[in-house]
Amino acid sequence: MEEKRVEDAEFIEAVPVHPLAPQATAPYSEWRLIWRSFRKDILALFGLGIILILILGAIFAPVLTSYPEQGRGDPNILEKFQPPSLRHPLGTDYLGRDVLARMLYGGRSSLTMGFLVVIIAVIIGVPLGALAGYLGGWVDEVIMRTTDVFMAFPSLLLALAIASALGAGFINTMIALAITWWPWYTRLVRSQVLSLRERYFIEAARSIGLPSQKIILSHLLPNVMTPVWVQATLDLGSAILISTALNFVGLGVQPPTADWGNMVSQGRLYFIDRPWFAGSAGLVIFLTVLAFNFIGDALRDAADPFLRRT
Amino acid sequence: MQRWEYVFRRLILAMVVLFSVSLLTFFIARILPSDPAAAWVGPRPTQEQIAKATITLGLDKPLYVQYWRYLSSLLQGDLGVSIKSRQPILTELKTYLPATLELVIASMLIGEIIGIPLGVLSGAKKGGALDNASRILAVACVSLPTFFLGLLFQLIFYARLGILPISGRVSNEIAINNPVTPITGFYTLDTLMTGNWAAFQDVFVHLILPAVTLAAFGLGLSVRMTRASIIEVLNEKYILAARVAGLPYRTILFVLALKNAIMPTLNVIGLSFVYALTGSILVEVIFSWPGLGLYLTNAVLSLDFPVIVSVTLIVAVFYVVVNLVLDLVQVAIDPRVTLS
Repeated sequence: MEEKRVEDAEFIEAVPVHPLAPQATAPYSEWRLIWRSFRKDILALFGLGIILILILGAIFAPVLTSYPEQGRGDPNILEKFQPPSLRHPLGTDYLGRDVLARMLYGGRSSLTMGFLVVIIAVIIGVPLGALAGYLGGWVDEVIMRTTDVFMAFPSLLLALAIASALGAGFINTMIALAITWWPWYTRLVRSQVLSLRERYFIEAARSIGLPSQKIILSHLLPNVMTPVWVQATLDLGSAILISTALNFVGLGVQPPTADWGNMVSQGRLYFIDRPWFAGSAGLVIFLTVLAFNFIGDALRDAADPFLRRT
Repeated sequence: MQRWEYVFRRLILAMVVLFSVSLLTFFIARILPSDPAAAWVGPRPTQEQIAKATITLGLDKPLYVQYWRYLSSLLQGDLGVSIKSRQPILTELKTYLPATLELVIASMLIGEIIGIPLGVLSGAKKGGALDNASRILAVACVSLPTFFLGLLFQLIFYARLGILPISGRVSNEIAINNPVTPITGFYTLDTLMTGNWAAFQDVFVHLILPAVTLAAFGLGLSVRMTRASIIEVLNEKYILAARVAGLPYRTILFVLALKNAIMPTLNVIGLSFVYALTGSILVEVIFSWPGLGLYLTNAVLSLDFPVIVSVTLIVAVFYVVVNLVLDLVQVAIDPRVTLS
């Protein structure tokens, strides 16, 4: 294989270029074009800023707070229910833990869960969609009918049932969510592949006898990934919304580990008199989802050559 | 003829999906847990209980026999017994389901009645002040976690303004003095049917906050979708023709354009139904609304596994049926559907 490629390259170089041939324009990659449009969208940049701050906050949580042990869950009963102050910028919760510290540590769970769910769903869903679309026939039928079954359930509910069957916990809840999520990518990729399959470059690849596996991996997939990444970004918001909801219900990470979802659920009974700790967690979920929606919307427009801002 | 063929094929498809839904819940109930018998009898089971469950569930038999037993008991309406209350799950569902449906339907009415006209107006004057405002509202609605929005409403309307109740379906005084006679299980309907005016007011007031909270997501969704499809339709030539003919703009917008934009909107109604059903799980927790969601979350906390699986199954069945009905409605009002 390697040798053949070298030959190809030599062959291409050997073709004389006509001196008057139009100069090829600078090869802007698709992502570069997308970025050029994306950066003109103020809301999207705002969203990107928020997400970066939250990610950095989660990574550097131990350095950013003076109460890392409370962030991890150690109670501090003597200082419970303190309203926001200089010492505790967001107040303390029902066990006296610094809410800011809990938020930073909670971000580790909530954000990681959201990202991992989408990544796993992409890893499962994309190859299946490519197979279904490219091979067609009974493979297509089996894969697509399987997606129908999964899509017959509302995702929160299916994830809730699977997570309860597997037992609460970070990993199990993440698996449960990813299981409910992959069919969306399978559908998306399949429809993309169906339209690409008949194009000349795929026919050319087939006619020189490339194996299906090679065609799918090096010719089809690179061409369907842009819409997949756009969809994945849009989904990050909903993934975080659903995973915090599962944590709110009591699945997901278990106390004393913090998650934005279980922070709201722990604080909800005290919310009317002491809104700061459930409120901070609720607000940060809202901001995160909002930010991902802004980013996703802008990416979607930017990826569409007709809507792209220039 | 073609139309009937479509309806027939759609019905068959729905049956197939329902069948596979039962396969998936079977998988969740009997194969996914490390010890299905223990999961079925609850926390800290005795050896005896496990042995009994193994026999009643047929866990010692091959999988296809197990599935057959599972399916036949489902078809007989046997969903198992709740670990916590020791009651047959089906009996319990009968009291919880109407409560949830009442909430879901009320929230969908609110969401669509506000959402669709707002989407139309906002799409008609693209880039105008109303458009910008409604887009901000829409994106906020789909980004706010339902459980947080519910808490905010409680803080504002109960704690600060003191005008709306925040828990349950009916207040204690009414439950004692003018009890609701359940007929349909929809308390608003029941009180109206029995002419119980005092109870109706109370029940209605209790419905407001949970329904509005639940409506938010669907509202955001329908504003966004209606707006997008109206913008697309308004570019069509027949709209231009109608304007040239001098028809009033309101007629063009709400009669001519909306008619063709309603197809995607119907899909939105289906989608909002799902979101409302899902969201009701969280809203019911916040507002102590005695429906499926509260039943389900209590089951999660007490590891009442049979209840979790049954509620999941019931909601999935509802979802499949609603989607089927919406598809059939589409065929009934839009002849183009059969051609695709």
